[in-house]
Amino acid sequence: MSPEKEAGSAGDPSVLKNGPVDRGSRMFGGRGFLISTTSTLVFFGAIVAAVVLAPGSAIVRERFFDPTYIELALFGSETSPSVVGAFVLNIKMFVIAEILILVLALVIAVVRGIPGPAFFPFRLVAIAYTDLFRGVPLILVLYMIGFGVPGLGLKFFSSQSDVTFGVAALVLVYSAYVAEVYRAGIDSVHESQTAAARSLGLSRRQSLRFVVLPQAIRRVIPPLLNDFIGLQKDTALVSVLGSIEAARAAQIQAAEQFNYSSYVVAAALFVLMTIPLARFTDHLIERARRRRQAGAVL
Amino acid sequence: MSHPAPALHLEDVHKSFGPVHVLRGIDLSVAAHEVICLIGASGSGKSTLLKCVNVLEPVDSGRILVEGADVAARGVDVNQLRRRIGIVFQAFNLFPHMTVLRNITLAPEQALGLSRQEARRGAEELLERFGLADKSNEYPDRLSGGQQQRVAIVRALAMRPDIMLLDEVTSALDPELVAEVLDVIRELAHGGMTMLIATHEMGFARDIADRVCFLDEGVVAEQGSPDQIFTAPQHKRTQQFLQRIIDAGRL
Repeated sequence: MSPEKEAGSAGDPSVLKNGPVDRGSRMFGGRGFLISTTSTLVFFGAIVAAVVLAPGSAIVRERFFDPTYIELALFGSETSPSVVGAFVLNIKMFVIAEILILVLALVIAVVRGIPGPAFFPFRLVAIAYTDLFRGVPLILVLYMIGFGVPGLGLKFFSSQSDVTFGVAALVLVYSAYVAEVYRAGIDSVHESQTAAARSLGLSRRQSLRFVVLPQAIRRVIPPLLNDFIGLQKDTALVSVLGSIEAARAAQIQAAEQFNYSSYVVAAALFVLMTIPLARFTDHLIERARRRRQAGAVL
Repeated sequence: MSHPAPALHLEDVHKSFGPVHVLRGIDLSVAAHEVICLIGASGSGKSTLLKCVNVLEPVDSGRILVEGADVAARGVDVNQLRRRIGIVFQAFNLFPHMTVLRNITLAPEQALGLSRQEARRGAEELLERFGLADKSNEYPDRLSGGQQQRVAIVRALAMRPDIMLLDEVTSALDPELVAEVLDVIRELAHGGMTMLIATHEMGFARDIADRVCFLDEGVVAEQGSPDQIFTAPQHKRTQQFLQRIIDAGRL
């Protein structure tokens, strides 16, 4: 399909009027669509050209995009496990970690906000926790938990699997971030809401539970999902403890085959997993925007 | 004392916010079924006074007695106390994430322990009575300011309070929406509700109040029947304040 033809048919006003009108064409109009299409083709054309025409292009394509090795990464063989199969472990880790993080982070955020002198030590612990685990690089936490806890020789804790230690480290680090996200949400609910709830005779706890937290959590869903996209990728770091997840499986194949196509497959898998979450985040942001606008009309 | 204790009694109440001494010794007594309007310039302490009565702000000194019981006494459950004192705010403060019905039933369910059905029945009766029956499943954002404020009043009433505190409830409304809210308050007054109303609506105050209190610089500078205050104010500051209101064409 030539660019002219493409642009010509889209520029035809009747197509715009009668076809399914999406947001893009409404925003750009006929002429705008022509420009955007041309610009897009030129932009991506330039990138593809740079890759294809580079002096080492043939070798890079062979090393990174070889169909044989892509197939091997997808389906595995008798001797080397498939990257896709290993990716299941990433999914398991991140789903379990996500649930635990949502709970632990909320507890930390709420504890940090409890007023009164008697709760000072609890607030102190919550603050120290977020300071510590936001500050230490995840990979160091992984080493310390993954190699330190087994070394303690405790009956139950020390005998857990690498994956468990990995998930524990992810939960510890990400809870610190997510707790701050929650806290920002709680702070964003105007104090007049609490005043209204309290004036109706609701206790502090009831006000928090029924009035403040539902509004706070709704507001922080987009940044929360953003953190979870980060978490999905960071499950790859658990491989430093020896777990064979997607990135490590890809590395093993790359080392065996002297070909990096398995890395491309692993990268594609991570992207495929994060895209739905990213679109879902966009959807929620858009919905919140629409709701606010609907409210503002009256 | 042979008389029953007044519904609300304030004795030399002081309250400061940092260096700002907002209430400088308020003395005020409200009998059961009495409607008192608090008038005075912005910053004269009307809102602070109402918040102190509801224990949303602690007082620095002095006593606030609700039916004879000190609200600041040791062992007083402020949650219990607030259930008997409804307050309606200038900015409505409805819960935006809940429907109108849920806004109203939340506190009766959680604080009074009513069943969902009981709370719902009570809420629907009140909504019906104030012409909001068709709004029960709407979210507050979808309502006009006047409707939101009426819902806020209904929400406070659903707790079956003995006293209602109204804090400039029409100040945030467009002029054409003021009347519907004032009508609701009028109906409450006729129903015998004890009310303490901070307001800038002088015509309304004259119309509805049993007693008008003029607050000035944190004290009750003058109080009396609406006729007394609005036609023959004694205190110089009251005269000045009313003159400004008249000049502004608001009386």
